[in-house]
Amino acid sequence: MQLQLQYFLLLAAALFCIGIYGLITSRNAVRVLMSIELLLNAVNLNLMGFSNYLDPEEIKGQVFTVFVITVAAAEAAVGLAIVLAIYRNRDTVDMEQFNLLKW
Amino acid sequence: MDLAQGVQIVSFAVLSVMMIGAALGVVLFSNVVYSAFLLGGVFISIAGMYILLNGDFVAAAQVLIYVGAVNVLILFAIMLVNKREDYQPMAKHWIRQGATALVCAGIFTLLSTMVLITPWSIAPNPVPGQNSTVQIGQHFFNDFLLPFEVASLLLLIAMIGAIVLARREYIPDEQLPDLTKQTGLTLPERPRELLNPQRK
Repeated sequence: MQLQLQYFLLLAAALFCIGIYGLITSRNAVRVLMSIELLLNAVNLNLMGFSNYLDPEEIKGQVFTVFVITVAAAEAAVGLAIVLAIYRNRDTVDMEQFNLLKW
Repeated sequence: MDLAQGVQIVSFAVLSVMMIGAALGVVLFSNVVYSAFLLGGVFISIAGMYILLNGDFVAAAQVLIYVGAVNVLILFAIMLVNKREDYQPMAKHWIRQGATALVCAGIFTLLSTMVLITPWSIAPNPVPGQNSTVQIGQHFFNDFLLPFEVASLLLLIAMIGAIVLARREYIPDEQLPDLTKQTGLTLPERPRELLNPQRK
Protein backbone atom coordinates (compact mmCIF):
# COMPACT_ATOMS: atom_id res chain seq x y z
CA MET A 1 0.00 0.00 0.00
CA GLN A 2 1.34 3.33 -1.03
CA LEU A 3 0.20 6.90 -0.96
CA GLN A 4 -1.77 7.54 -4.12
CA LEU A 5 -2.58 10.70 -5.99
CA GLN A 6 -6.27 10.06 -5.47
CA TYR A 7 -6.02 10.42 -1.69
CA PHE A 8 -4.68 13.93 -1.97
CA LEU A 9 -7.23 14.89 -4.62
CA LEU A 10 -10.12 13.60 -2.50
CA LEU A 11 -8.82 15.47 0.52
CA ALA A 12 -8.50 18.68 -1.49
CA ALA A 13 -12.05 18.21 -2.81
CA ALA A 14 -13.37 17.82 0.75
CA LEU A 15 -11.52 20.96 1.86
CA PHE A 16 -12.87 22.86 -1.13
CA CYS A 17 -16.45 21.86 -0.34
CA ILE A 18 -16.07 22.87 3.31
CA GLY A 19 -14.72 26.21 2.13
CA ILE A 20 -17.65 26.78 -0.22
CA TYR A 21 -20.11 25.94 2.55
CA GLY A 22 -18.45 28.44 4.87
CA LEU A 23 -18.27 31.05 2.13
CA ILE A 24 -22.01 30.93 1.54
CA THR A 25 -23.42 30.41 5.00
CA SER A 26 -21.25 32.54 7.29
CA ARG A 27 -22.46 35.97 8.29
CA ASN A 28 -19.26 37.40 9.69
CA ALA A 29 -17.21 39.10 6.97
CA VAL A 30 -13.89 37.96 8.46
CA ARG A 31 -15.06 34.36 8.39
CA VAL A 32 -15.87 34.74 4.71
CA LEU A 33 -12.25 35.72 4.12
CA MET A 34 -11.11 32.69 6.11
CA SER A 35 -13.25 30.46 3.89
CA ILE A 36 -11.59 31.97 0.83
CA GLU A 37 -8.23 31.01 2.32
CA LEU A 38 -9.52 27.45 2.72
CA LEU A 39 -10.49 27.37 -0.96
CA LEU A 40 -7.09 28.62 -2.08
CA ASN A 41 -5.36 26.03 0.10
CA ALA A 42 -7.42 23.24 -1.44
CA VAL A 43 -6.31 24.37 -4.88
CA ASN A 44 -2.70 24.49 -3.71
CA LEU A 45 -2.94 20.94 -2.41
CA ASN A 46 -4.19 19.83 -5.83
CA LEU A 47 -1.30 21.57 -7.56
CA MET A 48 1.26 20.01 -5.25
CA GLY A 49 -0.23 16.55 -5.74
CA PHE A 50 -0.12 16.82 -9.51
CA SER A 51 3.40 18.20 -9.35
CA ASN A 52 4.61 15.26 -7.30
CA TYR A 53 2.85 12.42 -9.10
CA LEU A 54 2.56 13.53 -12.73
CA ASP A 55 5.53 15.84 -13.19
CA PRO A 56 8.30 14.89 -10.76
CA GLU A 57 11.21 15.92 -13.00
CA GLU A 58 10.51 19.60 -13.44
CA ILE A 59 8.22 20.54 -10.61
CA LYS A 60 6.18 23.30 -12.18
CA GLY A 61 3.25 22.70 -9.88
CA GLN A 62 5.31 23.87 -6.93
CA VAL A 63 6.17 27.06 -8.80
CA PHE A 64 2.48 27.67 -9.41
CA THR A 65 1.79 26.99 -5.74
CA VAL A 66 4.27 29.68 -4.74
CA PHE A 67 2.54 32.14 -7.06
CA VAL A 68 -0.87 31.24 -5.65
CA ILE A 69 0.45 31.78 -2.12
CA THR A 70 1.72 35.22 -3.15
CA VAL A 71 -1.58 36.26 -4.67
CA ALA A 72 -3.45 34.88 -1.66
CA ALA A 73 -1.37 36.99 0.71
CA ALA A 74 -2.11 40.12 -1.34
CA GLU A 75 -5.79 39.20 -1.43
CA ALA A 76 -5.93 38.72 2.33
CA ALA A 77 -4.36 42.13 2.97
CA VAL A 78 -6.68 44.00 0.62
CA GLY A 79 -9.74 42.03 1.73
CA LEU A 80 -9.18 42.71 5.40
CA ALA A 81 -8.63 46.40 4.64
CA ILE A 82 -11.98 46.44 2.82
CA VAL A 83 -13.62 44.75 5.82
CA LEU A 84 -12.17 47.44 8.11
CA ALA A 85 -13.38 50.24 5.85
CA ILE A 86 -16.87 48.80 5.57
CA TYR A 87 -16.97 48.27 9.35
CA ARG A 88 -16.22 51.96 9.84
CA ASN A 89 -18.96 52.93 7.44
CA ARG A 90 -21.76 50.58 8.45
CA ASP A 91 -20.70 49.80 12.05
CA THR A 92 -21.29 46.09 11.57
CA VAL A 93 -19.63 43.06 10.02
CA ASP A 94 -22.86 41.24 9.27
CA MET A 95 -22.87 40.16 5.63
CA GLU A 96 -26.65 40.40 5.48
CA GLN A 97 -26.55 44.15 6.05
CA PHE A 98 -24.09 44.89 3.27
CA ASN A 99 -26.90 45.28 0.78
CA LEU A 100 -26.42 48.86 -0.36
CA LEU A 101 -26.33 47.88 -4.01
CA LYS A 102 -29.09 45.29 -3.84
CA TRP A 103 -32.18 47.34 -4.61
CA MET B 1 10.49 11.59 0.70
CA ASP B 2 12.34 8.48 1.75
CA LEU B 3 10.27 7.53 4.74
CA ALA B 4 8.90 4.05 5.14
CA GLN B 5 5.49 3.41 3.64
CA GLY B 6 3.82 2.82 6.98
CA VAL B 7 5.11 6.08 8.37
CA GLN B 8 3.80 7.93 5.33
CA ILE B 9 0.37 6.33 5.57
CA VAL B 10 0.05 7.02 9.29
CA SER B 11 1.19 10.63 9.00
CA PHE B 12 -1.13 11.19 6.05
CA ALA B 13 -4.05 9.85 8.09
CA VAL B 14 -3.22 11.99 11.10
CA LEU B 15 -2.73 15.11 8.98
CA SER B 16 -5.94 14.59 7.03
CA VAL B 17 -8.02 14.08 10.18
CA MET B 18 -6.46 17.22 11.67
CA MET B 19 -7.09 19.18 8.52
CA ILE B 20 -10.72 18.20 7.99
CA GLY B 21 -11.56 18.62 11.67
CA ALA B 22 -9.95 22.04 11.88
CA ALA B 23 -11.60 23.15 8.64
CA LEU B 24 -15.01 22.09 9.95
CA GLY B 25 -14.23 24.02 13.13
CA VAL B 26 -13.34 27.12 11.11
CA VAL B 27 -16.69 27.01 9.38
CA LEU B 28 -18.93 25.86 12.21
CA PHE B 29 -17.69 27.55 15.39
CA SER B 30 -19.70 30.55 16.41
CA ASN B 31 -16.74 32.38 17.95
CA VAL B 32 -14.55 33.93 15.28
CA VAL B 33 -11.40 33.84 17.41
CA TYR B 34 -11.60 30.05 17.69
CA SER B 35 -12.06 29.93 13.94
CA ALA B 36 -8.94 32.00 13.37
CA PHE B 37 -6.79 29.76 15.56
CA LEU B 38 -8.17 26.62 13.93
CA LEU B 39 -7.35 28.16 10.56
CA GLY B 40 -3.72 28.14 11.69
CA GLY B 41 -4.15 24.40 12.38
CA VAL B 42 -5.41 23.88 8.84
CA PHE B 43 -2.42 25.72 7.41
CA ILE B 44 0.07 23.73 9.47
CA SER B 45 -1.44 20.40 8.48
CA ILE B 46 -1.36 21.45 4.83
CA ALA B 47 2.33 22.25 5.26
CA GLY B 48 2.78 18.68 6.53
CA MET B 49 1.02 17.42 3.43
CA TYR B 50 3.46 19.38 1.29
CA ILE B 51 6.37 17.71 3.05
CA LEU B 52 4.78 14.34 2.26
CA LEU B 53 4.59 15.49 -1.35
CA ASN B 54 8.33 16.30 -1.57
CA GLY B 55 7.78 20.04 -1.51
CA ASP B 56 9.92 21.19 1.35
CA PHE B 57 10.45 24.72 0.06
CA VAL B 58 6.74 25.24 -0.46
CA ALA B 59 6.04 23.80 2.99
CA ALA B 60 8.39 26.34 4.54
CA ALA B 61 6.80 29.12 2.50
CA GLN B 62 3.36 27.95 3.60
CA VAL B 63 4.31 28.08 7.28
CA LEU B 64 6.01 31.46 6.92
CA ILE B 65 3.38 33.20 4.81
CA TYR B 66 0.13 31.63 5.89
CA VAL B 67 0.71 30.91 9.57
CA GLY B 68 3.08 33.80 10.11
CA ALA B 69 1.46 36.53 8.06
CA VAL B 70 -2.07 35.79 6.88
CA ASN B 71 -3.26 34.23 10.11
CA VAL B 72 -1.80 37.02 12.22
CA LEU B 73 -3.41 39.54 9.87
CA ILE B 74 -6.78 37.85 10.32
CA LEU B 75 -6.35 37.92 14.10
CA PHE B 76 -5.55 41.63 13.94
CA ALA B 77 -8.63 42.24 11.83
CA ILE B 78 -10.75 40.35 14.37
CA MET B 79 -9.30 42.52 17.12
CA LEU B 80 -10.02 45.71 15.19
CA VAL B 81 -13.62 44.85 14.39
CA ASN B 82 -14.23 43.10 17.69
CA LYS B 83 -17.84 43.80 18.40
CA ARG B 84 -20.17 41.43 20.11
CA GLU B 85 -23.26 41.53 18.04
CA ASP B 86 -26.12 39.16 17.94
CA TYR B 87 -27.17 38.73 14.38
CA GLN B 88 -30.85 39.01 14.01
CA PRO B 89 -32.21 35.71 12.79
CA MET B 90 -33.35 35.55 9.25
CA ALA B 91 -36.35 33.81 7.91
CA LYS B 92 -35.64 30.72 5.82
CA HIS B 93 -32.39 30.30 7.69
CA TRP B 94 -32.43 26.53 7.74
CA ILE B 95 -33.56 26.25 4.16
CA ARG B 96 -30.57 28.24 3.03
CA GLN B 97 -28.06 26.24 5.06
CA GLY B 98 -29.59 22.94 4.04
CA ALA B 99 -29.55 23.88 0.37
CA THR B 100 -25.92 24.96 0.64
CA ALA B 101 -24.94 21.73 2.36
CA LEU B 102 -26.74 19.77 -0.34
CA VAL B 103 -24.97 21.63 -3.11
CA CYS B 104 -21.59 21.16 -1.42
CA ALA B 105 -22.19 17.45 -0.99
CA GLY B 106 -23.14 17.29 -4.66
CA ILE B 107 -19.95 19.05 -5.69
CA PHE B 108 -17.93 16.69 -3.52
CA THR B 109 -19.62 13.65 -5.06
CA LEU B 110 -18.98 14.96 -8.55
CA LEU B 111 -15.34 15.73 -7.84
CA SER B 112 -14.64 12.41 -6.14
CA THR B 113 -16.28 10.49 -8.98
CA MET B 114 -14.12 12.39 -11.43
CA VAL B 115 -11.00 11.71 -9.38
CA LEU B 116 -11.70 8.02 -9.07
CA ILE B 117 -12.64 7.21 -12.65
CA THR B 118 -10.01 9.28 -14.43
CA PRO B 119 -6.98 7.23 -15.51
CA TRP B 120 -4.16 9.44 -14.28
CA SER B 121 -0.91 9.06 -16.17
CA ILE B 122 1.33 8.64 -13.17
CA ALA B 123 5.01 9.15 -13.85
CA PRO B 124 6.69 5.72 -13.82
CA ASN B 125 9.29 6.04 -11.10
CA PRO B 126 8.97 9.14 -8.99
CA VAL B 127 12.42 10.51 -8.39
CA PRO B 128 12.92 11.56 -4.80
CA GLY B 129 13.06 15.31 -4.86
CA GLN B 130 16.13 16.24 -2.93
CA ASN B 131 16.74 19.56 -4.60
CA SER B 132 13.32 21.04 -5.10
CA THR B 133 14.54 24.38 -3.80
CA VAL B 134 17.24 24.56 -6.47
CA GLN B 135 14.76 23.56 -9.14
CA ILE B 136 12.19 26.14 -8.04
CA GLY B 137 14.90 28.81 -8.09
CA GLN B 138 15.92 27.82 -11.60
CA HIS B 139 12.31 28.03 -12.73
CA PHE B 140 11.94 31.43 -11.15
CA PHE B 141 14.95 32.90 -12.89
CA ASN B 142 14.59 31.19 -16.27
CA ASP B 143 11.13 30.53 -17.60
CA PHE B 144 9.04 32.18 -14.91
CA LEU B 145 11.07 35.35 -14.64
CA LEU B 146 8.35 37.72 -15.85
CA PRO B 147 5.63 36.39 -13.50
CA PHE B 148 8.15 36.49 -10.68
CA GLU B 149 8.81 40.17 -11.25
CA VAL B 150 5.14 40.95 -11.78
CA ALA B 151 4.42 39.30 -8.44
CA SER B 152 6.63 41.86 -6.71
CA LEU B 153 4.67 44.62 -8.43
CA LEU B 154 1.42 42.98 -7.30
CA LEU B 155 2.62 42.90 -3.71
CA LEU B 156 3.54 46.58 -3.88
CA ILE B 157 0.09 47.43 -5.26
CA ALA B 158 -1.59 45.35 -2.56
CA MET B 159 0.44 47.03 0.18
CA ILE B 160 -0.38 50.55 -0.99
CA GLY B 161 -4.02 49.63 -1.57
CA ALA B 162 -4.40 48.13 1.89
CA ILE B 163 -2.86 51.21 3.51
CA VAL B 164 -5.11 53.57 1.54
CA LEU B 165 -8.24 51.54 2.27
CA ALA B 166 -7.64 51.02 5.98
CA ARG B 167 -6.28 54.48 6.76
CA ARG B 168 -8.21 56.65 9.16
CA GLU B 169 -9.91 59.67 7.73
CA TYR B 170 -8.47 63.04 8.65
CA ILE B 171 -10.68 64.72 11.21
CA PRO B 172 -10.43 68.51 11.32
CA ASP B 173 -10.41 70.10 14.75
CA GLU B 174 -13.55 72.17 14.45
CA GLN B 175 -15.67 69.17 13.60
CA LEU B 176 -14.78 67.22 16.68
CA PRO B 177 -17.80 66.08 18.66
CA ASP B 178 -18.04 67.43 22.17
CA LEU B 179 -17.18 64.93 24.81
CA THR B 180 -20.29 65.32 26.93
CA LYS B 181 -22.61 63.40 24.69
CA GLN B 182 -21.54 60.01 23.50
CA THR B 183 -22.39 59.40 19.92
CA GLY B 184 -22.57 55.92 18.60
CA LEU B 185 -20.23 56.64 15.74
CA THR B 186 -17.23 57.74 17.79
CA LEU B 187 -14.18 55.82 16.69
CA PRO B 188 -12.48 54.32 19.70
CA GLU B 189 -9.04 54.51 18.12
CA ARG B 190 -9.08 58.26 17.53
CA PRO B 191 -6.02 59.94 19.08
CA ARG B 192 -6.82 61.12 22.54
CA GLU B 193 -5.06 64.50 22.53
CA LEU B 194 -7.19 65.46 19.56
CA LEU B 195 -10.30 64.64 21.52
CA ASN B 196 -9.72 66.74 24.63
CA PRO B 197 -7.20 69.47 23.98
CA GLN B 198 -8.47 71.70 26.81
CA ARG B 199 -8.19 69.20 29.61
CA LYS B 200 -4.45 69.26 30.03
